[in-house]
Amino acid sequence: MGRLEFDVAHLLAGGLVLMSFMLLYQDRLFALLNVFALQAVVLALSVSWQAYVQGAPHLYVTAAIALVFKAIVIPVALHRIIVRLGIHREVENVVGVGPTMLAGMGLVALSMVVMLRVTADAYPLAREDLAFALSVVLLGLLMMVTRNNAVSQIVGFMSLENGLILAATGAKGMPLVVEISVAFSVLIAFIVIGTLLFRIRERFDTVDADALDRFRGGQR
Amino acid sequence: MAPMIPASPAFALSCVGALLAIAVLAIPGGRLRDAAPVVYGACLATSLVALGGALICLLAGPPASNVVLPLGLPWVGAHFRIDALAAFFLAVVNLGAVAASLYGIGYGRHESEPQRVLPFFPAFLAGMNLVVLADDAFSFLLAWEFMSLASWALVMAHHREGDNARAGYVYIVMASFGTLALLLAFGLLAGPEGGYAFAAIRAHGASAPSAALVLGLVLLGAGSKAGLAPLHVWLPLAHPAAPSHVSALMSGVMTKVAVYGFIRIVFDLLGPQAWWWGLPVLAAGGGSAVLGVLYALMQNDLKRVLAYSTIENIGLIFVGLGLTIAFEANGFHAAAALALTAALFHVFNHALFKSILFFGAGAVLTATGERQMDRLGGLIHKMPLTSFLVLIACAAISALPPLNGFASEWLVFQAILLSPQLPQWGLKLLIPAVGALLALSAALAAACFVRVFGIVFLGRPRSQQARDAHEVDRWSISAMAMLAALCVIAGVLPGFMIDSIASVVDALTGARMPAQASLQWLSIVPVAESRSSYNGLLVFAFIAASASLAAYAIHRLASQAVRRAPAWDCGFPDPSPSTQYSAESFSQPIQRVFGSYVFKASERIDMPAPGDMRPARIKVELRDLAWELIYAPIAQAVSFTAERLNRLQFLTIRVYLSLVFFALVTLLLALAVWP
Repeated sequence: MGRLEFDVAHLLAGGLVLMSFMLLYQDRLFALLNVFALQAVVLALSVSWQAYVQGAPHLYVTAAIALVFKAIVIPVALHRIIVRLGIHREVENVVGVGPTMLAGMGLVALSMVVMLRVTADAYPLAREDLAFALSVVLLGLLMMVTRNNAVSQIVGFMSLENGLILAATGAKGMPLVVEISVAFSVLIAFIVIGTLLFRIRERFDTVDADALDRFRGGQR
Repeated sequence: MAPMIPASPAFALSCVGALLAIAVLAIPGGRLRDAAPVVYGACLATSLVALGGALICLLAGPPASNVVLPLGLPWVGAHFRIDALAAFFLAVVNLGAVAASLYGIGYGRHESEPQRVLPFFPAFLAGMNLVVLADDAFSFLLAWEFMSLASWALVMAHHREGDNARAGYVYIVMASFGTLALLLAFGLLAGPEGGYAFAAIRAHGASAPSAALVLGLVLLGAGSKAGLAPLHVWLPLAHPAAPSHVSALMSGVMTKVAVYGFIRIVFDLLGPQAWWWGLPVLAAGGGSAVLGVLYALMQNDLKRVLAYSTIENIGLIFVGLGLTIAFEANGFHAAAALALTAALFHVFNHALFKSILFFGAGAVLTATGERQMDRLGGLIHKMPLTSFLVLIACAAISALPPLNGFASEWLVFQAILLSPQLPQWGLKLLIPAVGALLALSAALAAACFVRVFGIVFLGRPRSQQARDAHEVDRWSISAMAMLAALCVIAGVLPGFMIDSIASVVDALTGARMPAQASLQWLSIVPVAESRSSYNGLLVFAFIAASASLAAYAIHRLASQAVRRAPAWDCGFPDPSPSTQYSAESFSQPIQRVFGSYVFKASERIDMPAPGDMRPARIKVELRDLAWELIYAPIAQAVSFTAERLNRLQFLTIRVYLSLVFFALVTLLLALAVWP
């Protein structure tokens, strides 16, 4: 494998992690969606580069799915949801940006250490890819944990799923069926959550997840 | 598939299948009128056939074939096999099933909600058969749990009455705990390769530490099902709660299936035994024997007395098994064979007489609607046949010669007398102490059953219901009579029993007791070089001769005319039957002796002042130490923890996500730090 292939793959996967960091500090919902769409584009690029390097044409399908759904359909749909719900002015800050970014850096370091140790004798490209993928997954989880707004939690979940796709394409020989089914399951999850959002809004007049807990009369 | 000869696992399995089919058919049919005799009749026929197959296996040698069905774990399958041990226990199970089904034909008519009993009764029988047939751990545990659940459903048949719901709850908790212990034991036995077939377990054996752990787990698992103290708490609650023929099965047969599980794992699967394994088994057995009979003496509920007495007999059986381990580990094969024969013989005997006693309690319940002994009395005039048959069972369980209880207990004591040969001081000291405990429990058991028979059947009726009692139906009587006849036969001719158990004992200990059939005058000897021997037939002949001589002399010399007169009562013939001995007054001396230690008993006497006309009262409170010292703290700890964990139910969504997140990060950190 040439030096160039490796470097480009590295660059794209690193770009994915960078997008995850950018997601972390967006506190406006529209900006969040734009960064998410950008991340999906980078993901599509990364996957098609893998398809080219590995000589696996079916990965182009995966890249196309990522591009169409994650970069276009889902952001546009979320955009319309936000407009219809009238929450585009909402700003949320549960945990400050500084601590969140520090925690994110810690998570990236952790996933590097773990993955590089565990996969010592694996194919180098897959190795780097897996380490970056784990970082993206952890950052997506971190985002879900630090946000209150249901829309941002969905975005966190979707970006977590981007990490999964990156891992799946980095490993050679993952069948196309698995990737397509993962993509569709995410789409279905998106539909379910979107419907749920309107339901929550109808009932509670807000999409702040804390309102649900207040309603449930949970522990204060 | 093997041909359907009566002595094959396939044959036994088809009997199990027939029982399950009856159970399924009884679900829709249970509500029909007159369904009970049909269901019990079908169970009777199937159990008789299965009993015949088991007896052929036992007497003609076990079949070589085994059956593997493509069920259960995919890489193991469901194995079924009949060896000598399984054949013996199949015979015990199906004998009990035959008697209970026969009894049920009559008793089941009085059932208020037959649809709650009829489907589960055949399922329970099928479960017990399957446990004994199973030849791999998965099938064994599955059948074991099936048996537990079916019997639980039967315990809950009358769940609205009294304390039955609580009894069912305690039972299912203890049964699940026992199954968990057995599950862990089989996990250790199977090893990391997952060889769950018994043949695979036998082949690779267990290392010494894990074998000791398995022994502990089996004592917990099988011991809780059998009713070893202090795991017995469910037994006196659950056994009386079930309908009487089911009580007989649970007490007489299901506890034996637990004994089978213990023998199968410890003697067959676990490999060579260490001498100290005998210590916990002997201690648990001796303790259960004494505690069981002491509690039995204190109870007023007839069926509860019988349930506690089961604990005593299980203790005796486990003492026999502990002795077998002790002798076998030291290479005394003849002595080990004696102890194991005694234990198995007592398994058979207890299944007989405990079934009769529960049937008798059921007959009393049918005739009077009462289980409280203090509301019974004088039933020997109203129910002469039942009284006679229960008297035989009482004499047998009190170990009176020439009945079967004496023969097996005599063999246990003969084995105890061989213990001075043992080299280890621990055993030398413990076994005589256990022997003393057994002697104490035998004497107390006699007192207990004198009390049962005297209060329930003798004297004058203590309530209107007892006065209006009438004899029960022929089916119930014939079930009791069949078992009572077997009690007498096994007691008078114990040599035949010992010889038919010999093949089982030979397979497990590598030795057998001397062939008793070759001895003169049908007497039995425990070991070849022993000087003691027992001849049930001679004792029987002597007792029969002297009793008929005495009866003849009395009738000859005394007046012929039967005369009924008030009993001499110090010149004050009193009108009230409540001045008779009561169940409590009979047991009060024993309660005073053991009271402060075993029962934490407190007596309060409420004596009216002079001139006050109200009666004096005595109030006695007994407490169950096992419950207070072991179970109550555990229950408190569980509810405390549950209270704390309950807060987890009311967290916010974000906190749940954070929990997942931090768990993941912690695990990754562990992976990163771990060398």
